[in-house]
Amino acid sequence: MTPLALRVFTATSCLGRGNAASLASLLAQRAGLKRCDFETVELPMYIGEVPGVDAVRLPAALAEFDCRNNRLAWLALQEDGLREALEAAAARLGPRLGVFLGTSTAGILETELAYRARAADGALPAEFRYRGAHNSFSVAAFLRAALQLTGPAAVISSACSSSAKVFASAQRAITAGLIDAALVGGVDSLCLTTLYGFHALQLVAPGPCRPFDVARDGISIGEAAAFALLEPADDSLAADGVLLLGTGESSDAHHMSAPHPEGAGAQLAMRRALEAAQCAAGEIDYLNFHGTGTPSNDSAEARAVAAVLGPVPGSSTKGATGHALGAAGALEAVICALALRAGLRPAGVNTRALDPQLPVTYLLENRPGRLRRVLSNSFGFGGSNCSLLFGRAG
Amino acid sequence: MSTSLQAFVQGVGLLGPGLADWPSAAAVLRGERAWTPAPTRIPAPESLPPAERRRTGTIVKLALRVGLEACARAEVDPARLPSVFTSSGGDGENCHEICSALATSARALSPTRFHNSVHNAAAGYWGIATGARAAANALCAYDASFAAGLLEALVQLHTERTAVLLVAYDAAYPPPLRAARPIPDAFGVALVLAPDPGPHPQAQLRASLGAAPPTPLEGPLEDLRSAIPAARALPLLAALGGAGDTRAVLEYLPPLQLETEVRPWR
Repeated sequence: MTPLALRVFTATSCLGRGNAASLASLLAQRAGLKRCDFETVELPMYIGEVPGVDAVRLPAALAEFDCRNNRLAWLALQEDGLREALEAAAARLGPRLGVFLGTSTAGILETELAYRARAADGALPAEFRYRGAHNSFSVAAFLRAALQLTGPAAVISSACSSSAKVFASAQRAITAGLIDAALVGGVDSLCLTTLYGFHALQLVAPGPCRPFDVARDGISIGEAAAFALLEPADDSLAADGVLLLGTGESSDAHHMSAPHPEGAGAQLAMRRALEAAQCAAGEIDYLNFHGTGTPSNDSAEARAVAAVLGPVPGSSTKGATGHALGAAGALEAVICALALRAGLRPAGVNTRALDPQLPVTYLLENRPGRLRRVLSNSFGFGGSNCSLLFGRAG
Repeated sequence: MSTSLQAFVQGVGLLGPGLADWPSAAAVLRGERAWTPAPTRIPAPESLPPAERRRTGTIVKLALRVGLEACARAEVDPARLPSVFTSSGGDGENCHEICSALATSARALSPTRFHNSVHNAAAGYWGIATGARAAANALCAYDASFAAGLLEALVQLHTERTAVLLVAYDAAYPPPLRAARPIPDAFGVALVLAPDPGPHPQAQLRASLGAAPPTPLEGPLEDLRSAIPAARALPLLAALGGAGDTRAVLEYLPPLQLETEVRPWR
């Protein structure tokens, strides 16, 4: 495939607002997880909450989109020159600037709270807004309205692969000539559905998650907003510019919430990303594992990685960020971009004793060094898999 | 702006209120048969193993039904096709049950309800039912969900030179959500789109972005088109069914609309 440049990118998660704070946390091997104190939730778990989301006030003209998810999107939009870059791109490209965003739960928290506030006849409060908060498209509708974007748009909601798959869809739309550039990204925010839902599935760790640890016992749920402006690469790209070189997607065709034990779909996604980038497995300098921290997910991914990539050094940054679900793909894409630019293989934070049964090279300490090609894995419920391959321009 | 995307339509599947399958819907759209509105009847998905079948709700049964009909009419193996699933609202019944449970003091969620709550539930069950390991997408674009899905499928066909299955579906929301999103009943449509005509070509399809207003339908079918997001496909389906007009503008993201043209293929 034709390489695309990540002209501007930014991430906001429990590691910090924007790239400088996120990179500083990665360099310090700092985790952003804390004991769950979200809303009225009383569950024995840790969460990766972005501080300050509740305090965000959207402009009055955007009031119909007010919800935690869109406040988080708004917070992230102000960082790293993203907003200015999008306004400039919109002025230049008009309807040839597309929007492809991933989310799993959008503003469902608003609906959960509205259900608690139902009237005696069961009706939702009058101020409940379906289109601006509940509907999966709400985050794209919000950013289109906020930035007055007029081009094609879609939300991809394929659980935890959502905001990895947006890179593939945007890349295809640019290749087909439908658009010239795209805002891609993911926004997912804490809500009761995911906190209680993963708890019901017995997939949540009581302490901070420890991907690939011998005693790993589940995920920690996080939240994040991460974005990139994708455009065809040209000569103006600096040596430390970051390129999307390959995408690979597949389905497990196995089970709704359990991975294929050998990671068959995961292998297919990684192979397709390598093929698309015309890159050999040995050329991958760092792998950002999906690495959720559940016993079965990490085991299936380890087997798939061993089969396709061999002993490539890698880590799951979910030990630091928690699992940002529908925003995880974009968050980890930006972490890969930061890693490429800074020459850093980030450590897997929180993991103490590696599971000797897992045949992978898992980094427990940061490993600096020049990186040219990195791969990021994202796998979701419904057996939805996506691998993204990024590289440095020079 | 004028980038045109093309495909052969190899097979169609359809299910909606008073519309039992594609041939009977096409007859209605051509005006050969009167439309008698009746609640959408969705057969049980025989293709799923019994354990999985018990776990599926309306929305998944609907998507599987129309997807399998389109593949059967196109005589293609569903396991081979990448797929694009698109829905405005996903599973409203399931969402209602989860939000109701979360509003109680116990907050006890069913694990099955939770894993069915993902917007890509239909795509996931489709993989389990057909064995398809190809890429499957799960889109939402509110009222533009059909057009967004069609664009995604045509772009994928164009860039990867492969046949693609498009499945668009929406179902009624129960109260109290229904007051905020009044979708009256279930409607699903599936298209097998391919770079070549295949054994039973229906038509050649061309689509491009434009600014012409969406094409309305005549009579009560217009109510159906405007009430259910997935039924925004009806003007294109009328053209595919041979209703006379070969051009149809589909509702997308105003002022941007999706202009389509079909040419019968013999």
